[in-house]
Amino acid sequence: MAAPSRTRIQQISYLWTDERLRGIAFQLLVTASLALFFAFIIWNTATNLKHAGLASGYGFLQDAASFDINQRLIDYDSTSSYGRAFLVGGLNTVLVAVLGIAAATFIGFLVGLMRLSSNFLVSRIAAVYVELTRNIPLLLQIIFWWVIILALPRVRDSISVGDVLFLNNRGVRMPQPIFEDAFQFVLALIIAGSIGTFFLARWARKRHELTGRTFPVGWSSIGLIFGLPGLSMLFLGLPVSLEIPLQGKFNFEGGFNVTPELIALWLALSLYTGAFISEVVRSGILAVDKGQIEAARAVGLPPGLRTRKIILPQALRVIIPPLTNQYLNLTKNSSLAVVIGYQDIVSIGETVLNQSGQALEVISIYMAFYLTLSLLTSLLMNWYNKRTALVRER
Amino acid sequence: MIALTRPGLSYAVFAAFVLPAMVGTAQAATLDDVRAADELKCGINTGLAGFANTDDAGNWVGFDVDYCKALAAAVLGDADKVQYVSLTGKNRFPALQAGEIEVLARNTTWTFSRDVDLGLTFVGVNYYDGQGFIGPKSLGISSAGELDGASVCIQTGTTTELNLADFFRTNNISYEPVPIETNAEARAAYEAERCDVYTSDASGLAATRATFDNPNDHMILPEIISKEPLGPLVRHGDDQWADIARWVLNALISAEELGVTQGNVEALAQKDGGSDNPEIQRMLGSEGSMGAMLGLDADWAAKAIKAVGNYGEIFARHLGPDTRLGLERGLNALYTNGGILYSPPFR
Repeated sequence: MAAPSRTRIQQISYLWTDERLRGIAFQLLVTASLALFFAFIIWNTATNLKHAGLASGYGFLQDAASFDINQRLIDYDSTSSYGRAFLVGGLNTVLVAVLGIAAATFIGFLVGLMRLSSNFLVSRIAAVYVELTRNIPLLLQIIFWWVIILALPRVRDSISVGDVLFLNNRGVRMPQPIFEDAFQFVLALIIAGSIGTFFLARWARKRHELTGRTFPVGWSSIGLIFGLPGLSMLFLGLPVSLEIPLQGKFNFEGGFNVTPELIALWLALSLYTGAFISEVVRSGILAVDKGQIEAARAVGLPPGLRTRKIILPQALRVIIPPLTNQYLNLTKNSSLAVVIGYQDIVSIGETVLNQSGQALEVISIYMAFYLTLSLLTSLLMNWYNKRTALVRER
Repeated sequence: MIALTRPGLSYAVFAAFVLPAMVGTAQAATLDDVRAADELKCGINTGLAGFANTDDAGNWVGFDVDYCKALAAAVLGDADKVQYVSLTGKNRFPALQAGEIEVLARNTTWTFSRDVDLGLTFVGVNYYDGQGFIGPKSLGISSAGELDGASVCIQTGTTTELNLADFFRTNNISYEPVPIETNAEARAAYEAERCDVYTSDASGLAATRATFDNPNDHMILPEIISKEPLGPLVRHGDDQWADIARWVLNALISAEELGVTQGNVEALAQKDGGSDNPEIQRMLGSEGSMGAMLGLDADWAAKAIKAVGNYGEIFARHLGPDTRLGLERGLNALYTNGGILYSPPFR
């Protein structure tokens, strides 16, 4: 390194002029000041909380919540704890996110393909939908759908579908299936059917690769998962009964209700994100080499098979990374639920915050929740991305 | 109007920026801050007829607004030196804790946990209220006990949610809560019949009913299911400021009891030829040094009363029988008139 003839000053200046060493020094400096900055924020906040006489910690999660929640996927009443209230809210967020992702993906792929259609009307309709939903703030769209649903008939004038399903401005009231004990057998058959389908699909794929012969996996899986359990239900004397909603004094009683808030939020999120996904799908399909499509046409593949076997597998490689972004956006956007009173984790968290006063703790729970949900989504999508990428390697 | 419709955001901002900044402000005397800014930052409702709403000219008026004015007049000598910060039920406490406002006068119920656990100090009660229900007369019910299976609209972030849960649980009847963020949206949902009844403080229900197209189609159910003593509050830790806020309120109540009004306060405050009553003299500053004890001018209370009148005048102007709300004094009458309003003496 430094030659023995160099003076000390030259050695020091050499340290400075060495690009690599200088880079390390600057990085250390930035890291240290960042650490100091965060240490200061934490210390300052802790000091101020103490000064203001505010207790901190997560012990409050054990306290009784004392408020009610209208949409519960698990048992909950006002004597349950704050922690359980958070769980109920978290599940409500997951529910609307999963429903939203499913619908947005469907809309996205459909509209994306429509937009590439050679039919003028179809592609124009798709374009108008995309430009309209993409360019209006999501918050307004949520309120728009909520107001539309509130304008539905009132409870006493509900729209009745066959006297079992009722539509009004308090949501959709549906019959609720009541399962008897014997249904467990049917459930076991459904699970067995699903596992069977999985192995059948693997076998069919292998055989297809080896011999080129196809097997109708779709139809046989429907038979396995639905047909066999359905038949067994007939033999068991229908171990499921339906609880039909009845008009009560104020609301329908019995059955279960899908709230207008859930419907409005779900519609708005799916339509908004669907528009973005359709653009992702369109760009993915346009990225497929024209020669591939021409080649598929040349070997005489029909249009449906062409899309399924040639275009989509290649387009998916381009589609999946930005698609993951859209899924994450949808999940995070669901927190706008608070405006219309859908009781998601943010809405419930704010009530908890207001009752307990634990602002920082509640915010940290939000952050941990959305971070976990987002990382899980990314993990799943990355795994899927790897699978589609592997197809190329073969 | 600073209507923060995304309180989540404001909490995040609060956590990220305001809390750290509190080191500089929390210890300083609030009175000095107010004087230095020459303006009182007063937290009020986002819009509730009678308590805090904007008039045709866009100015804030109302029962709570007048308290802000009285405090500004006592401290700064001018009732117009108020910056009104309209707050939702959820972001009012963080705003006060973080020092965005110096006093909160926003139909806030005095409860143990708010007083003790949230680090706040209630300085008194300016309205004794209770939670009730409003519903269309066409429902054909006469009591809240008949609400089994009903949908109930609630404004979130208030004690209302808890009282409601308690009421239905103790009466062993079921309901669907429909929680909504602001009074305006909750009202819209009620009017669209998304819910059968709307619950809030009885005074707030009267205020909401007054704004309906056909107020007479709606009735307030007789049950009052909770105690809601509403009052102004300040942060913990500055006793001098809490004393000022408390005694401005007491001065307005005492003024009614002693017959001091907006019209006669100047005459009564004269050193010569003013009131002969020693308590009036002490309160209005023509005798003794109560103003100096608070760190204010001698005529602090006289200025406050001159600006907005006494408690009875404020009530009559915004809430009383001659207003759209048409509320009776009820519990809020002076203790000498069958109510429970009672100010400690100026001695």
